[in-house]
Amino acid sequence: MSENVYIIGAGIHPFGRTEGRSGREQGVVAVREALKDAGLEWADIECAYGGSAAAGNADIMVNELGLTSLPFTNVANGCATGGSALASAQQAIASGMYDLALAVGFDKHPRGAFNAKPADYGLPDWYGQTGMMLTTQFFALKIQRYMQLHGISRRTLGLVAEKAFRNGSLAPHAWRRSPVDLDTILNAPVINDPLTKYMFCSPSEGAVALILASEKKMRALGADGVKIRAIAVKTRPPHSFEVFQPGVSIEEGGKPTVLASKAAFARAGIGPEDISVAQLQDTESGAEIMHMAENGFCKDGEQEEWLANGWSEIGGRLPINTDGGCLACGEPIGASGLRQVYENVTQLRQRAGARQVPGRDGKGPRFGYSHVYGAPGLSAVAILERA
Amino acid sequence: MGEKIDPNLWSDDPEPHLIGGRLPSGEIVFPMPVGDAAEGVTPYKLKRRGRLWSWTTQGFLPKEPYIGPGAGPGEGPEDFKPFLLGYVELPGEVIVESRLVDCQLADLHLGMELELCIVPFNARYDTFAFRPVSISEAQAA
Repeated sequence: MSENVYIIGAGIHPFGRTEGRSGREQGVVAVREALKDAGLEWADIECAYGGSAAAGNADIMVNELGLTSLPFTNVANGCATGGSALASAQQAIASGMYDLALAVGFDKHPRGAFNAKPADYGLPDWYGQTGMMLTTQFFALKIQRYMQLHGISRRTLGLVAEKAFRNGSLAPHAWRRSPVDLDTILNAPVINDPLTKYMFCSPSEGAVALILASEKKMRALGADGVKIRAIAVKTRPPHSFEVFQPGVSIEEGGKPTVLASKAAFARAGIGPEDISVAQLQDTESGAEIMHMAENGFCKDGEQEEWLANGWSEIGGRLPINTDGGCLACGEPIGASGLRQVYENVTQLRQRAGARQVPGRDGKGPRFGYSHVYGAPGLSAVAILERA
Repeated sequence: MGEKIDPNLWSDDPEPHLIGGRLPSGEIVFPMPVGDAAEGVTPYKLKRRGRLWSWTTQGFLPKEPYIGPGAGPGEGPEDFKPFLLGYVELPGEVIVESRLVDCQLADLHLGMELELCIVPFNARYDTFAFRPVSISEAQAA
């Protein structure tokens, strides 16, 4: 990597439901907020990357933002759309070709669980027709086995959701902003056993924009930058267990999250013990639990102790999903991964208000870690450092 | 008996087998690939018995392309029948995703022995499922 790259502007359109405003319009709102945050005009941006899963192309935003002739690349990478946009923007600056780049992700989904077409995933029609091609089932099947093998209780699943809604109540951009107590979570209708309705995130709407700059540009602007220490995006290795698999290998394969996490830590030259705040993919409560171990923050089974002791709470040894994560914010696919990065930028700049992580020296966290996972088996990790 | 939901999904033997594929490397996959992905892959009859690897419930009506109870003409969520599903490890072969029948959620545990069966799915089609071996043996007795 030839150039250090910094995030100098961050904007978000609140997640949830915004009637009368398209996903892309929410994206424009986020871009304007990011520009204002960085003290820049749209005309200053030299290149842009962005997209959505269900709300159209990003490049049409130039109609609202201004026809400045910048190259604007549409990213369509499913759950990794935001992560891929960020990685592309980072590479554009690291290459030395540009000094200012935009990464933007937005989305607007219909209510209810996502529905996927088998042919889009190279799968036979019967798999969808018989009702086995549901993302929610995959997450339930994965955590069910994990709970059996590693002694994770239903109560621990509930504690993850309870933490999410408590943190979400402190985050202005979150969708679910009221705490929900543990009994309500555990006794709610079951979606796919062992997961109740409060343990799943819902498809939602929202947008995030980040402005990236070279080191010299950041210094010239006197901007409040956060350094991108490492980004890693990995697709699935052989024999892995992923969403939408009618058949799984009997050989225990690798995991895209483990690969992305190890690559990011190696690139950053630090380890899990150096991280002070983490945003981990929590499509449902069990995903956060399994991703704690897959990202190297604990061993399989230790999550039981972590949740019982509040170690992943704000103020705990490693605060996880400090804005309530997907459980409290919902999951607008194209924006979700960038929301995690936005939250880490906010935490590292010590602008997180009531949900601010104190950090080890009381000056806020030094290293922030974000992890997104999605279909058809890919993970993106970003490690940020306080400048 | 209804029509098979997919003509190539299981064999026509009196005791049917799911049809997987054997890759040139020897690895067994399910289902048998189609199109260009099938090149070099030999159809392979999978074992009828296996062990439960994981499970869950489906308690709400899936969206399209689901065509089972609740999604038929004039039907709605009130016609949907919740079902169990899971992954079944066929020893030495592959782990297959399947409906689980003739059992309750509380009966299910890792490693329990299951056997393939063919069950009615909707007004037109049959599909495959696995059920506890204890049930199959009781019926045979």
